[in-house]
Amino acid sequence: MLARVLSLFEALGARVNGMIARLGLASRFFWIMLRLSGTSFRRLPLTIREIYFAGVLSLIIIAVSALFVGMVLGLQGYDTLVRYGSADAVGTLVALSLTRELGPVVAALLFASRAGSAITAEIGLMKATEQLSAMEMMAVDPIARVVGPRFWGGVVSMPLLAALFSAIGIFGGYLVTVPLIGVDDGAFWSQMQSSVDLREDVVNGIIKSAVFGVAVTWIAVFEGYDAAPTAEGVSRATTRTVVTSSLAILALDFVLTAFMFRGA
Amino acid sequence: MMNRRALDIWVGFFVALGFAAIMFLALRVASSATLAAADGYEVKAKFDNIGGLKVRAPVKSAGVVVGRVAGIRFDNQNFEAVVTMNVDKRYAFPQDTAAKILTSGLLGEQYVGLTAGGDTAMLKDGDTLKITQSAIVLENLISQFLYSKAAEGGEKK
Amino acid sequence: MPPPAPPAGNLVEIENVTFSYGGANVLDGISLTIPRGSVVAIMGGSGSGKTTLLRLIGGALRPGKGEVRAFGRSVSRARTRELYQLRRKMGMLFQFGALFTDLSAFDNVAFPMRERTDLPEALIRDLVLMKLQAVGLRGAADLMPQQLSGGMQRRVALARAIALDPALIMYDEPFTGLDPISLAVTGQLIRDLNDALDAASIVVTHDVHESLAIVDYIYFLANGRVVAQGTPDEVRASTAPFVHQFVHAESDGPVPFHYPAPDYQGALLAAR
Repeated sequence: MLARVLSLFEALGARVNGMIARLGLASRFFWIMLRLSGTSFRRLPLTIREIYFAGVLSLIIIAVSALFVGMVLGLQGYDTLVRYGSADAVGTLVALSLTRELGPVVAALLFASRAGSAITAEIGLMKATEQLSAMEMMAVDPIARVVGPRFWGGVVSMPLLAALFSAIGIFGGYLVTVPLIGVDDGAFWSQMQSSVDLREDVVNGIIKSAVFGVAVTWIAVFEGYDAAPTAEGVSRATTRTVVTSSLAILALDFVLTAFMFRGA
Repeated sequence: MMNRRALDIWVGFFVALGFAAIMFLALRVASSATLAAADGYEVKAKFDNIGGLKVRAPVKSAGVVVGRVAGIRFDNQNFEAVVTMNVDKRYAFPQDTAAKILTSGLLGEQYVGLTAGGDTAMLKDGDTLKITQSAIVLENLISQFLYSKAAEGGEKK
Repeated sequence: MPPPAPPAGNLVEIENVTFSYGGANVLDGISLTIPRGSVVAIMGGSGSGKTTLLRLIGGALRPGKGEVRAFGRSVSRARTRELYQLRRKMGMLFQFGALFTDLSAFDNVAFPMRERTDLPEALIRDLVLMKLQAVGLRGAADLMPQQLSGGMQRRVALARAIALDPALIMYDEPFTGLDPISLAVTGQLIRDLNDALDAASIVVTHDVHESLAIVDYIYFLANGRVVAQGTPDEVRASTAPFVHQFVHAESDGPVPFHYPAPDYQGALLAAR
């Protein structure tokens, strides 16, 4: 019995050790990638291509999701607020929920599943088919040429997508409450404008999404670069990207929220 | 595989859209009501009870926002609350202005209301308002009501 | 008999190199030389360290002990910038081509030129077409790798490997999985390109028949060491057990058929 428990602890310890070692590896990788970022900016077409694949191709899922999230917020918000005679505040509710939390977080989660996994799969497959080794043999650093542009493409796309999510979501909330339910148009916007602060809410939301962008894209490129060069290796890497990114987003969200909205 | 030109157009469109969203959020959704400290002057006011007043709550006069609550402190000597307010430089108030803690709506957030007095001398940066009225605390109101009701009943007997 | 030292000297020298991976010695104190102008085959069973050797020469791996030298300079001790300079003179053909799947055949061959030189596009275009012509695929220049057969992909990869006219070309199993026609074509290309570029070529392969026809010298690897070497004629005539088994494709010999296992009769009769 005791032996079982001890071996469990041993396994846990080994697991944690492994995770910490991996984090160290990922950090060194991150540092190298930053140092070699000159290429991503000097060869702008490469990065622009990645912004297309990460950002533009995520537009549809972001827009549709934002619309539905905003509409649900409007409906649920109205349902609760109308009981206290504060139906006019639904605009505030929708706007604050989106700009502060849902915009950055949900957009980042969607980005991780769609663009993050695609990046991991792409880099992993390039590794498995020896394309990265071939590049190295041609004296072209794959981190500078393949990884860097994808990283910066993701970092640039994320805040834009989050802002779009918030904006479209607010529009969705508006759609459902004003024309459909009948909340007053003027009240919707004026209450919102008097409660949503530029620096506190909008800017903080953008900062959050930028942090999420760095975290998600970093995880995505690292998992791809570190994947085992086999079919299962790539598949495991993409799963890890989505899972690790999602957890990282939620954990960072908590930390950032505690930091930013302390005692509001 | 997309040709270079189409790619650039799409990315440009995406970035423009993103910025438009940010502009929309900044201008139509939010109010840039954050008063920079440089644009205002500081005045203090002491209250027995600030109720639910929070930092960054608005300071209004005649219903218009003229400033923000910058800080709230507890004075351990006199056992009262000291509220520091940042008032927009554009608005000058007389020295005998009164500060009241009011509630927006029935159960809304609390704010500081300034009622101008008749003094010719104006408030300067760092001055303290002399006339203040504390927040109405619901429990006190209820107990007042109960006491008066009990007193009435006692009188009738 | 070691290969005759040509007047130009040895292009690649491997001196007493040991390399281990996961605790096992993949290469164990191995030494060999590749003279300039020659095509050298490196043969051996799977896992004998052949591909590792190529990676060591290219500087992708560092040996635990010993030194790898190319063009007279140390590869194993070179720093990144020096290593990249050395690699500019090397070309490598990977086992399945390793073409960049998001680029056309033309762009694949142009890749090293665009990345490593400042040549104008017009010149690059001519050079790419020349390289593709050399491997017989000029007409396929605008096709994507997915649209090419395996053999054709490898030929495009070969064109890419020689894009900068390297002095050392390395081939990792170039004959694997090819039909007889492609086999002959590839073999001939390896020989012709080597002679045309006055380079040295290292061919890692299992294919005895095709290699014996085109190479100048052969090294046999087993257990991380050179167990036999010689010219094609010497190898064909060799009576050394390992070489004989390999060249004549015998199923049993120094390389055993059976994976080490306990006594057969004992295993069958063992109590269940």
